[in-house]
Amino acid sequence: MSARNRPLSPHLQVYRPQMTSILSITHRLTGVALALGAILLVYWLAAAASGAEVFEDARGLIGSWIGRLALFGWTLALFYHLCNGIRHLFWDAGHGYALPDAERSGWAVLAATVVLTLAAWIAGYAMRGGV
Amino acid sequence: MVEFNLPKNSRVTGGKTHAAPEGAAKTRDFKVYRWDPDGGDNPSVDTYTIDLDTCGPMVLDALIKIKNEIDPTLTFRRSCREGVCGSCAMNIDGTNTLACTKFIDEVNGDIKVYPLPHMPVVKDLVPDLTQAYAQYTSIEPWLKTTTPAPERERLQSQEDREKLDGLWECILCFSCTTSCPSYWWNAERYLGPAVLLQAYRWIADSRDEAAGERLDNLEDPFRLYRCHTIMNCTKTCPKSLNPAQAIGEIKKLMIARRG
Repeated sequence: MSARNRPLSPHLQVYRPQMTSILSITHRLTGVALALGAILLVYWLAAAASGAEVFEDARGLIGSWIGRLALFGWTLALFYHLCNGIRHLFWDAGHGYALPDAERSGWAVLAATVVLTLAAWIAGYAMRGGV
Repeated sequence: MVEFNLPKNSRVTGGKTHAAPEGAAKTRDFKVYRWDPDGGDNPSVDTYTIDLDTCGPMVLDALIKIKNEIDPTLTFRRSCREGVCGSCAMNIDGTNTLACTKFIDEVNGDIKVYPLPHMPVVKDLVPDLTQAYAQYTSIEPWLKTTTPAPERERLQSQEDREKLDGLWECILCFSCTTSCPSYWWNAERYLGPAVLLQAYRWIADSRDEAAGERLDNLEDPFRLYRCHTIMNCTKTCPKSLNPAQAIGEIKKLMIARRG
């Protein structure tokens, strides 16, 4: 039998997800989410430039519960990508490669993401003067 | 290229079951990947129920017991049985390690044994490592010098020698390389953690005089920079080495020499 017909051994199918690998793929996924979210930002700015009526429509769409949910997800993605990006900067400077450090910094990123997201929304609603 | 699913000929289907001998009190199920190059069938997962009272403590002991007593066709590499040769590297319970240093007791539930991930399978648990060895050759893993040879050996201070600790211990089992999703998707172009750790082992050696040339060879979007610090390599290394850190050190040197 030629080497060409050799099967490929299972990979994703059998490899146990690790805390560090899940955070890594999440970094990639949040990056994609942010790119998509940028389209929303462009839509919002374009609406603002197109006049009061169009902007009102955009406000209505983004302010709806589904719009706010998307915005919340986007904030979460933004803070995760930001915090984990800083974690990557430490790695690039040569720090935090020891396994316990890499896992601790991962948990710190997750905690900071939640705290910053909630803080941003609380601050946002406070500035608006209510929900 | 990223390909989440296995090719058609690689999908695991069915498998035989080998019951425990009668009267066995303490048993565990071993689910072992099988593929026979002489048949036309897809790979399968066979189940062997092993009597632990008559088996050694390591996963390799169980595999040898299966081969000796139940199924002589089971094929796997092994040699030293003490974690220094790197032959019995395989995927056990979802991570890569050496069967000879993995305790059966460390695994909860069935003991699942697969070949090193995302590699062409020669037979059963034997992966084809040709490409990985060729990549190892590409980093020229030997001392390179231009200065005339001294009369005795090239000397090294204790401090310089210590810089090689955590690097020289690598046994080239390729557990790390085959745990790396970046290597899964870009094996043709990315060198992978084991080979990059070895590359750094020579760059970090105070007696080597080819560091610049070695870095030139790695300055490539794929050969080095497909590492995204996923850390599966460091997490899985059966010798507790840190390939991710070695790669990070190479990346730092790349920036440092740009000035």
